[in-house]
Amino acid sequence: MSRFLQQLINGLSIGSVYALMAVGYSLVYSIMNFSNFAHGGVIMLGAYFGYYYLTKLGLPFFVAFMASALTTGILAVVIERGAYKPLRERKAPFLYFIISAMGASIFLENIVIATIGPTFKSYPEILSRTPIQLGSVTLGRIDLTMFIISAICLALLVFFIDFTKMGKAIQATSYSVKASALMGINTDLVIIVVFALGGFFAGIAGVLFGMKYTVYPQIGIITNKSFIAAVFGGLGSLPGAVVGSILLGIIETMTSGYLSSNYRDLIAFALLIAVLVIRPSGLMGKVTEDKA
Amino acid sequence: MDLYYIQGILMLAGINLMSVLGLSLLTGFTGMFSFGHAGFMAIGGYTSAMMTVNYGWPFIPALLMGALTAALMSALIGKLTLNLKGDYFCIATLGFGEAIRLVLDNVQYFGGARGWPGIPNYTNFTNVLIINIIAIIILANIIRSRHGRNMIAVREEELASQIVGINVFKYKLISLMISAAYAGVAGGLMAHYMTFLQPKMFSLVKSTELTIIVIFGGLGSISGSVLGALVLTSLPEILRSFSNWRLVIYGLSVIIIMISRPEGLMGGYELTPSSMKKLFTRMRSKKGDLPKGMEGGNTL
Repeated sequence: MSRFLQQLINGLSIGSVYALMAVGYSLVYSIMNFSNFAHGGVIMLGAYFGYYYLTKLGLPFFVAFMASALTTGILAVVIERGAYKPLRERKAPFLYFIISAMGASIFLENIVIATIGPTFKSYPEILSRTPIQLGSVTLGRIDLTMFIISAICLALLVFFIDFTKMGKAIQATSYSVKASALMGINTDLVIIVVFALGGFFAGIAGVLFGMKYTVYPQIGIITNKSFIAAVFGGLGSLPGAVVGSILLGIIETMTSGYLSSNYRDLIAFALLIAVLVIRPSGLMGKVTEDKA
Repeated sequence: MDLYYIQGILMLAGINLMSVLGLSLLTGFTGMFSFGHAGFMAIGGYTSAMMTVNYGWPFIPALLMGALTAALMSALIGKLTLNLKGDYFCIATLGFGEAIRLVLDNVQYFGGARGWPGIPNYTNFTNVLIINIIAIIILANIIRSRHGRNMIAVREEELASQIVGINVFKYKLISLMISAAYAGVAGGLMAHYMTFLQPKMFSLVKSTELTIIVIFGGLGSISGSVLGALVLTSLPEILRSFSNWRLVIYGLSVIIIMISRPEGLMGGYELTPSSMKKLFTRMRSKKGDLPKGMEGGNTL
């Protein structure tokens, strides 16, 4: 039982970080209807920015955190302006967006390899590694921090989407871009805000990831898992992304706890395929109908 | 640069071209996008290597066996996912490609993630060239046949072709199976060229590379795919002196192509003697359009 509880806690903590990343995929998908594969690169850069703000600039933890989240927020907007806006203006089909995103992802990953190098970097010890003992269950301080920060961020996001004017505009635009534009919503600004939000959370997720593991250029591949989580929960749905991520996190830790960590990724992709075959709109996604 | 080096690059381009040709049928002529073709290459490669190494088959039957296995696998995958729309089909193929790689990572019979060395070196310049020429001829004939026209109809307008009596699902499935078979042959050629197989060789990056080549060459153009494979396979080699920066340039150029010339190098035209004249006169009169069905889309 305590083993089960332990895995559940680990799953919740990793799942909450997946949720931060998955929210970025889902926000973009809800409005632009394509999977933004450059998001993984943004998360990776978030981890690097956090690392350099902490070590080279010596900023205090919280400031470094915010600074790297802001940097990646700006970076995500820059990517949108450079790689997607021209396509948007030409009304290109979704595939061109995906290819462009793949190009951006290759670009981001390799510019890090070319400038910083492919070596692993590990964060300085911010929190002590000694875990908190709760009965028979151990609670890592980093895991706890990851969970709390993610939960706060997600709560802020829900508040933003539900209770601010911009949030309402995002909701309207995700329903119909054309109609919202006709109603006087500046959809271009909405898209910028959506990318900035996604990038902001990507930065936070990147730093959390870097704290827990290490930083290296291929970290973006791990973030594919959060994409699976977004599909699992239903692309384009924020609650879906969160629920999907938490479930995926728990499934993953249970797999490595009870089976073998070799099968962890396999199970994640098998889950992706199963969801697509059985229910492509995911747990809570909007039902996509063919517009002929 | 000696002849041997150039030949090596051309062989790599030929191997890439083999799977690009298949993907060209699927993407350029049937209008479906796959991010999992590296998975089919892996199936073809591992099957044909198993045939030559463990069962002592000759090279060509082993290649055909690899193609057959890849096609059968794709039939299974197609049955499950071909009804998915747009983005979701892409994601499903992505999932399958990665799943195949991860399964191979865990199959100890094939060496698992460590890889499988000691595959005989059967691939040479001549057989790559001959196989590619045969593949191009077969593909050109498929496209010109009734079945090929039906596939193009599916690309142009799915609903309308369903109404005039084309079995859309069937033609999508045929297209997927043929393209998987091509990828299977490519995998087999690669296995017997590298003499080493590792699941890592067939990652998402490889699938993306293939799709990028097809789009770079131009959707709906076989000669575009040929040119694309030649240019994009040799480009990283030419840029090799920049070492780490070459993939940065590669990524950047992909974005620039998408933004500036989305119709690709050939943009739906073929490079045959008769079409050259037509192309030339057309280029004078107006800029080439995208093949219909490739523009529009429901984004914004």
